[in-house]
Amino acid sequence: MLTTIGKRLLTVLPTLIGVVIVTFLLTRALPGDPAAYFAGPAATKEAVEQVRVSLGLDKPLPIQFVRYVNDLVHGNLGNSLSTGRPVVTEIASRLPASAELTLLGLILSMVIAVPLGILAAVKQGSWIDHTCRIVATAGVSLPVFFTGLLLVYFFYYILGWSPAPIGRLDAFTSAPPQISGFYLIDSLLTGNFETFRATLSQLILPAFTLGIFSLAPIARMTRASMLAVLASEFVRTARASGLDNRTVIITYAFRNAMLPVVTTLGMVFSFLLGANVLVEKVFAWPGIGSYAVEALLQSDFAPVQGFVLTMAVLYVALNLLIDILYGVIDPRVRLEG
Amino acid sequence: MTETISIVPAAAKPQSNSLFSHARYVVAENPVTGLAFALFALIALCALIGPTIVPHDPLASDTAAALQAPSWKHWFGTDQLGRDIFSRVIVATRLDFIIAIASVALVFVMGGFAGIAAGFFGGWTDRLVSRLADTIMAFPLFVLAMGIVAALGNTVTNIVIATAIINFPLYVRVARAEANVRREAGFVQAARLSGNGDFRILLAHILPNIMPIMMVQISLTMGYAILNAAGLSFIGLGVKPPTPEWGIMVAEGAANIISGEWWIALFPGAALMIAVFTFNLLGDGLRDLVDPQRRT
Repeated sequence: MLTTIGKRLLTVLPTLIGVVIVTFLLTRALPGDPAAYFAGPAATKEAVEQVRVSLGLDKPLPIQFVRYVNDLVHGNLGNSLSTGRPVVTEIASRLPASAELTLLGLILSMVIAVPLGILAAVKQGSWIDHTCRIVATAGVSLPVFFTGLLLVYFFYYILGWSPAPIGRLDAFTSAPPQISGFYLIDSLLTGNFETFRATLSQLILPAFTLGIFSLAPIARMTRASMLAVLASEFVRTARASGLDNRTVIITYAFRNAMLPVVTTLGMVFSFLLGANVLVEKVFAWPGIGSYAVEALLQSDFAPVQGFVLTMAVLYVALNLLIDILYGVIDPRVRLEG
Repeated sequence: MTETISIVPAAAKPQSNSLFSHARYVVAENPVTGLAFALFALIALCALIGPTIVPHDPLASDTAAALQAPSWKHWFGTDQLGRDIFSRVIVATRLDFIIAIASVALVFVMGGFAGIAAGFFGGWTDRLVSRLADTIMAFPLFVLAMGIVAALGNTVTNIVIATAIINFPLYVRVARAEANVRREAGFVQAARLSGNGDFRILLAHILPNIMPIMMVQISLTMGYAILNAAGLSFIGLGVKPPTPEWGIMVAEGAANIISGEWWIALFPGAALMIAVFTFNLLGDGLRDLVDPQRRT
């Protein structure tokens, strides 16, 4: 198992190198003057020259690249122009907000989509199957920012059930002490149920927005792979041996059907991490997505670059995790590795 | 795969007849595809003649009539500046349509040719193209699009380029697989024996053969391209404010949602949804038409 993981870790290296090269090229080799980017729109000519020298932009490209990688290794992503603070600290302090939102969104959509997909496959052609198909088609067509606004209109303006979309907590509640950075977990750990409730009420709408968005591919994949498994020989054998329907579906079919679903999760994460930016904008969520959007609109390039790099590294790590999880679920992969 | 070869283009008359009757069969079997074609015609019509048929000037503001709910005079209501939302939604169709078509056409040329070359030549061409596609896939795609627009500059052209780049791996993958299958096909060997060079074989023999599958890919990614472009303009990239565009109109209406003026964001958002929905259905329908084996 450990050697499998080790081998898989090695295959990540070329991908990571590619990611670093792309983020480097995004700033240097493209049209326009990168020094002017980093100096900001209001900078004078001397300031631009100063930035050029201090960033090493007057040196040839390969040397710049070495310098860039060296900075990355030391955790230096540059400074934000508008706040003056290092990009790394800003991203690190905002990352938990984004992660909490994305993970809860994923959990919500798994909890809905997986049973829906299984039921649709077991009762093929029934109304559940049709619901599943409609949800899957509508889910991929709905712009995520539009779903979010509709939810806000219904649950905040009309029904008054949820609080205003103004971030992680309302003005009257203070944040729980920083342990994991996830407010839900931190408030539980410190036994502060009032904060937990306030956090959850702020979190539920944006998380559902993300959940609806990622529902479609998960439900569709669960249904398809469940159908394939139900038609296979080992399920027929299990039925012929007189096992009851429940055991056949849950113990035998479900576990095998989950393998392709886990693989789909990689693609789902790509969508989720992108959609996260839009949802954060709609709900004024103080995560790394809204940080990047603010910086982008002010032509503040260092935070955007740090954001793209962070997201890519996270995504590569998530894919690695999914592969390892795949080996845990499916022993055959381990043997081959 | 052999079936797809038989219904391919440049066809003699009886073949196009059979393709037509097959199309009628597919539409009859799945009426939703018929609906998708009708919606597509409507969207195309709006894009073509929209600006000439709208009742109001999409840019004319009238502060006295600001934030009015939908009525007979203003079907979709008016926004903060008193502009007619119905007119703006219709006029915006053209811009959204052009962005989507331009980006898909761009990626079709880039990704299609890179993919065919990779599948046909193999070797280092294949390694280079595949590595490039893999590297793009290593990013969450919308995030990469943001990064590209940020680096190239905040314009509509760069939104088109960014959308094309993030779709690149999808096109490469399809074109590469299809070209690879046909690499040693009889008609390719025949063409080679008749003295055709590699590039002539690629362009005149393999490309026409994989066109149907690429067309399906185009219509499947159109919806995604529209969503992506609208998402970018929603966060304030590309299209500049007075211009009517669905994503930016939703963004303009977002602030009014919490005070109850739902119509400003709802109608452009719904237009966006219908457009994406149409292209997704159309893609599924075209796939049924071109490749019956993958029918869902």
